[in-house]
Amino acid sequence: MDEMVELKKALGTCIQCGTCTGSCPNADEMDLVPRKLWRMVLMDRTDSILDSRTFTLCSSCYMCTLRCPRGLPLTDAMAALKAVALKRDIKKHRQSTRFYASFMESVRRHGRVREGEFMGLYFLSMKNPLLPLRFVSLGLKLMGKNKVAIELPAKAGHGNLTVLFKAVAEIEEEEA
Amino acid sequence: MNYTYYPGCSLSASAMEYDASTRALMASLGASLTDMDDWNCCGATAASAKSALLSLALGARNLALAEKMAPGSDILVPCSACYLNLKKAAMERRNDPEVARKLDDILAQESLTITKPPEVRHLLDILVNDVTAPTIKAKTTRPLKGLKIAPYYGCQCLRPYPVFDDPEDPVSMEGLLEACGATVFKWDMGASCCGASNMSTKPDSARKLVQKILMQARGADAIVTVCPMCQLNLEGFQRQVSHDAGSDLSISILYLPQVIGLALGLTESDVKLDKNLAVTRKFKEKLLAVSC
Repeated sequence: MDEMVELKKALGTCIQCGTCTGSCPNADEMDLVPRKLWRMVLMDRTDSILDSRTFTLCSSCYMCTLRCPRGLPLTDAMAALKAVALKRDIKKHRQSTRFYASFMESVRRHGRVREGEFMGLYFLSMKNPLLPLRFVSLGLKLMGKNKVAIELPAKAGHGNLTVLFKAVAEIEEEEA
Repeated sequence: MNYTYYPGCSLSASAMEYDASTRALMASLGASLTDMDDWNCCGATAASAKSALLSLALGARNLALAEKMAPGSDILVPCSACYLNLKKAAMERRNDPEVARKLDDILAQESLTITKPPEVRHLLDILVNDVTAPTIKAKTTRPLKGLKIAPYYGCQCLRPYPVFDDPEDPVSMEGLLEACGATVFKWDMGASCCGASNMSTKPDSARKLVQKILMQARGADAIVTVCPMCQLNLEGFQRQVSHDAGSDLSISILYLPQVIGLALGLTESDVKLDKNLAVTRKFKEKLLAVSC
C-alpha cells in the first residue's frame, strides 16, 4: 500500500483538537502546526505536506503521542513522513533525511553505528564543504577526550546487518 | 540481581563515561551484568526515519539474542533511545500479530527466534525499583551535602510508555538524589525535550530548547541525565547557547550513575568524570569539600 494511504488510514479518527500542537516543543518553528498537517494527510494534500518542514522538526519526544485523546501514533506518523521524504529524495529535506540514512548505512555495514564513519558518510552525501564546519566545535571536544576519532568509511564487515536489512526490504517490496 | 547488559553504540564511544559509571556503580551495589553477545544498534531515531519495520527488526534482533542468552534475565539499558526501541519492538510484537509474523520471518533468516522476550528495563527503573533509595542511602559514604542537583529525565525513558514514572511530571530520581545526600533542585524542565538529533539537522531549533532548559537550571550546581543524547546536547553547546541567551549558562552536566557512584565512594576516575564535557570548577570545589 502507498505510504500516504497507509498514513491516512492510521490517522483517520483525528478530531482536530490541537492537543498535538499544544504539546509540541518544536511547533513554533514549524510552517504547518501538527494539527494542520494531520488534516492535510486526511485531505490527500501530499505535495503540500512533503513541501513543509514540519515533519523534519519532530524530535521524537512523544508528548503528542502520549496526550492524543484518540491514541493516534503521531510520532510514528512524523517518522513515516521522514521516510517518505528519504525515499523520494526530496532535495529540501536532505539535510535531515541523509543524516538518518548515513547513520543507518553505518549500522548496516557494521551492526553498530561508528560515529566517525557516520558523520563522514553524511558529509560526503551532502557535498557541501561548509556543512562539516558546523560540527567542528563539538567534534574537537569529543576528539580531545578520546571519545571519537575520524574514521574513513569502511566496507561492510564483521557483524554487518545486510541480511536483516535485505529481509526488511523484501517484505516492504512485497507490500508495495 | 543479574541482568543482561545492553550498552548500545553511544556508550562505546561518546558516552563511554555513562558505560563506565553504570558498570562501576552496579558492581558496587552487588549486581551482576552480563554483556549481551553480538548485540546490534537499536536504530536510534534514524531507523524509523528510514523504515518503521527496520526499526522494529533491529530491536527484535536484540530481544532474540537476549532471550537466547539468558531467558530469565531482564535487559538493563542505560540509553533512553535504546531502551525505547527495544521496548517498542517487544510491545508492538505482542500487540500486533501481523507485526510479530513479519519480525519472526526476518529473524528466521539468521535462525533467531523470540518466544518470550525478557523484560526491557531502563537503568533508572532498576535503580529506583530493584536497588531502591534506602539501599543507596545505606551505602552512601560521601553524602553530597550542599550540592543542588536538577534531575533531567528527557523524553524516551518516560514516553510513550509510562512504565516506572509519571510521563509528564517525573519524580523517580528525587529519592535517589536525596539518598545520596544531595538537595533536589526543583524545576519544571525535567520531562522537556533537549532537541535530540535536531541539534545536527536543525541546530537553531534545538539550541532554543537547550537554552530553555539551561535557563531554568540557573541556581543548580549540576543537571543529572539518564540519556547520552540529552547529556551531549546539554553539555556540548553551552558556549553557543550562552551566546544566544546573552548570559553565561554554563553548568555541570553529569550522568546519574556518576552522581550516585561518587556518593557511594567511587573515585572521579572510577566514574570517568574527566570524560564529561561540562564540569565546572565550582562543582569540583564543592565535590572536594564533601570529600573532606
